Amino acid sequence: MDGVLQDNVEANPATGAAFARVDHATWLTIFLCVLALSLAAISFAIGPADISLSDLFGGLFASHSSATIIAREIRLPRALLALVVGGALGASGAALQGLFRNPLADPGVTGVTSSAGLGAVIAMYFGLAAVNPIVLPACAIAGAVATSTILYFLSRANAERTALILAGAAIASLATALTALAMSLAPNPYAISEMVRWMMGSLKDTTLADFYLAVPPVVIGIALLMWSARSLDALTLGEEAAFSLGVNVHAIRRRVVIGVALATGAATAAAGAVSFVGLVVPHLLRPFYGYEPARLIFPSALGGAALVTAADIAVRLIAPDGQLLVGVMTAMLGAPFFIWLIVRMRSEA
Amino acid sequence: MSNALSFTNVRAGYGGKMVLDGASASFAAGNVTGIVGPNGAGKTTLLRVALGIIAADTGNVAVLGRCLKECSREYLSRSIAYLPQEGSAQWPMLARRVVTLGRMPHGARDDGLSAIDDAMLRADVAQFASRRMDELSAGERARVLLARTLATQAPILLVDEPAAHLDPAHQLRLMELLRAEAARGVAVVITLHDLALASRFCDAIVVMQSGKVAAQGTPAEALSDAALANVFGIRAIRADGGAVVPWARL
Repeated sequence: MDGVLQDNVEANPATGAAFARVDHATWLTIFLCVLALSLAAISFAIGPADISLSDLFGGLFASHSSATIIAREIRLPRALLALVVGGALGASGAALQGLFRNPLADPGVTGVTSSAGLGAVIAMYFGLAAVNPIVLPACAIAGAVATSTILYFLSRANAERTALILAGAAIASLATALTALAMSLAPNPYAISEMVRWMMGSLKDTTLADFYLAVPPVVIGIALLMWSARSLDALTLGEEAAFSLGVNVHAIRRRVVIGVALATGAATAAAGAVSFVGLVVPHLLRPFYGYEPARLIFPSALGGAALVTAADIAVRLIAPDGQLLVGVMTAMLGAPFFIWLIVRMRSEA
Repeated sequence: MSNALSFTNVRAGYGGKMVLDGASASFAAGNVTGIVGPNGAGKTTLLRVALGIIAADTGNVAVLGRCLKECSREYLSRSIAYLPQEGSAQWPMLARRVVTLGRMPHGARDDGLSAIDDAMLRADVAQFASRRMDELSAGERARVLLARTLATQAPILLVDEPAAHLDPAHQLRLMELLRAEAARGVAVVITLHDLALASRFCDAIVVMQSGKVAAQGTPAEALSDAALANVFGIRAIRADGGAVVPWARL
């Protein structure tokens, strides 16, 4: 009996610590939200045009001025799209890692982003994008769905997590090769420059129309991922244990695959293949959210939004002529991180 | 003693490969029942059929007197708790959060529910509540995962090879905890390779061979010399208390 009482006494501070952790996590979420919005404001404020901040913000609400064109047509779409693209990639990475129980899973690493880029390039190459603006994101989403579905069936077949990543790498290589093929066959130089944008990822020259097209699928995609969040926690215990807890594992897989395809596909259609955001952000945030997949998805969206916006600010500060693309910046940060993660996993194993 | 779980002439398998070939067995409330048999005999498959992970092609499965086919996912998840073989948590979550997952069938999150604290006390892991899973030893992790199943408060507990990969002290501790659950009226069903543990801790034994139940009864009845010779191809010695110790291949 004494032992039980002792356990009770010891359990209480432990429970208290858990609740304290929840508080820290909530504060971190608020901080990430403020950080993303602050970076978006900075992103809006910087650019090659010599224009004062008051004129720039005034231009948002004025009807006709050069400041209005710069604010509404150039700076605002770029800042908003960075948030949307980063949010989509961050949430997708967190959900994929939860679904596949694999810290290496990420829309870029698993080939989802490259496939979405290929879908966008095909839409460009065959002139489908000119038929209706919605066709381009639809083709990008279709590309993302195709790869996500392959990954889904591989995971159903109980492929090991290394096999999943290797399959993703193979798909990414194939998608990149086919994109390069389309580029070499492209009828005009303008198409080639557009395709390069999708391969490398850039927020340059984005418009409000791009933003409006990206927002619905990204919001629906992230909503689907958050709807699946609690079940991803159960999947931490393995699929059979999750099943025994009442989780419809196949339905969750389908939902996550569709959610990732919608979010990543739409983000890639707008900004091209921005890599490694979904890998780095969930990994950095995971310890602060108790390693629980459910609690990680929304903060990863905020963290991804902040990272892509920060990267887009950095490329403009480093190369104001626009020669440095945001996808190059995230890859330069993310690739060494990916290698470090593999080395750490091997040493832990 | 009433049967909490029963299988009648069940045939089931994976794809075209039949694993259970007319298996019939029953598991009583308040008992620890061990399922033993050689590799591939269908022990884990029997548990998977009860959980609804794979469907029986023919035969009948009854869960708390209700036909399995008529049970909703929610009913099954509240009626049967399952601890899979080599259970683990992929992410190093806090032990208490892992145990909280056991309340999912009831739709409850961690609101300081007594079921969670109670389960942690019963599995002797309350002191690990705020520890991460990767900070615990294999035996401690196994008990946390057991606490997760206890938090469901299900009347049937299925445990697949709980003693594998544990040192003898942790094996005995885990088996004692499972016996304590049976004493509370839970139907505890364990698949085991360790015949000594099975004969020492189980009230009843089901011996499986090639997808069928070869013998069933008390440990002394089910693990008779003839059954051990026919099913396992071994001879055993019997320690004090009736524990069966595999001794030689025949």
